[in-house]
Amino acid sequence: MNEIWAGMAEAFLLIWSLDADLIDITLRSLQVSLSALVIASALALPLATWLAIRRFRHRRFVIATMNALMGLPPVVVGLIVYLLLSRTGPFGVLGLLFTPAAMIIAQVIIITPLIASITHQAMRELWSDYHDLLISLNTTHGQRIATLIWDGRRALMTAALAGFGRAIGEVGAIMIVGGNIDHVTRVLTTAIALETGKGDFALALGLGFVLIALSLCVNLAIHTLSRTEREGLW
Amino acid sequence: MVSQDLYAQLHGVVVQRRDKAVLGPLDLDLSGGGFTIVLGPNGAGKTTLLKVLHGVDRLTSGSVSWTVPAKTVRQGQAYVFQRPIMLRRSVRANLAYPLQLLGLPKAEISACVAHWAARIGLSAELDVPAPRLSSGEQQKLALARALIRRPDTVFLDEPCSNLDGRSTREIEDILCDASAAGARIIMTTHDLGQARRLADRVLFLNKGQVEEQGPADRFFTAPKSPGAIAFLNGDIIE
Repeated sequence: MNEIWAGMAEAFLLIWSLDADLIDITLRSLQVSLSALVIASALALPLATWLAIRRFRHRRFVIATMNALMGLPPVVVGLIVYLLLSRTGPFGVLGLLFTPAAMIIAQVIIITPLIASITHQAMRELWSDYHDLLISLNTTHGQRIATLIWDGRRALMTAALAGFGRAIGEVGAIMIVGGNIDHVTRVLTTAIALETGKGDFALALGLGFVLIALSLCVNLAIHTLSRTEREGLW
Repeated sequence: MVSQDLYAQLHGVVVQRRDKAVLGPLDLDLSGGGFTIVLGPNGAGKTTLLKVLHGVDRLTSGSVSWTVPAKTVRQGQAYVFQRPIMLRRSVRANLAYPLQLLGLPKAEISACVAHWAARIGLSAELDVPAPRLSSGEQQKLALARALIRRPDTVFLDEPCSNLDGRSTREIEDILCDASAAGARIIMTTHDLGQARRLADRVLFLNKGQVEEQGPADRFFTAPKSPGAIAFLNGDIIE
């Protein structure tokens, strides 16, 4: 119990003193996770909406695979991305290993199926409501996807926040592809893992509380900006 | 004066669901403007016929041919569903949506939206989310959204079911205006009073087949088929 109080005190001190290292790794955490979220959302939202409105052979298999990929082990994703980006790998020439870009790639792979799966469920329900109307209005596939994404944006925000939650708390993959290099690829989760390994539980807990607070702040900010509660009865 | 122009021809149309024919086999010529009222008992295939004509339901076999180019058929049609489908948007956005799909300028869309909102008595509710409207208001909004593109043919599937007399009259007035402006109205109803008020022609369906069709006056005064006679007498048709 003492460690938890010490951790909270450490977190307070770190924030109060505007610790330069803390700000550095917090900003990098945000940069990596938000970048991954934007890229994953750009891929997952149209793909999942398209899957909701299109009927084609093997569609069920594609959806089942997408859902199964939600459970991808981050460590395995990290290992595969590592092998692809290492000097001897097919993308080694890009020199991305142990950079924030590699961490973003790993996180995109991890959170895209999660966002796509939640989006698909929401879009499938909305499509069943809108199907006859949008067919009747002679809409193109592009117009249908745009309409569903716009009208289902609050459900999609939930999908995106779930993706952000998974990205910001992820440690296994980004540790492997980022290398936890100080001032280069160190983020909150890898710093927590490092401090725990060193036995500095108070600092690790302090960073953990900062991570939780950061996640809460981002969620609240997005909810407030998108006015979820005020227009939630639509 | 109702035009006698041929509009569509159905050739051997069959629609099956779970191996059961819900419509057809049907050979049918649809012609003329004004109001064509589709009558028949529940399960007769009225809604399916409308959806086939509008291209929402797929045919199991047969074909539908049009006297206008196939590409322009759907653009000139509108459909009002029995249960109004509201976009999860404001009344204004619901009215604007069909016009936005056409890529019209914003000023023109705003003017059309204001005109139709006034026509259906929802000017004060333009910014209200459409799903919050009453069922009568939603049906009027669905009708206005269908008519805002000035379609030449409007399909309506029991648009006044579950509405009170006042709302029914408002909807009928709007439909009469649209018809007077040249729109062809093809509508199902269970309300014989409404059919008598509006119909220029009647199409009587029973068990997926057209049992009788012709001018409304003749249908209501001298029906020929046993099914139509029983239907008009208020008998239960099984």
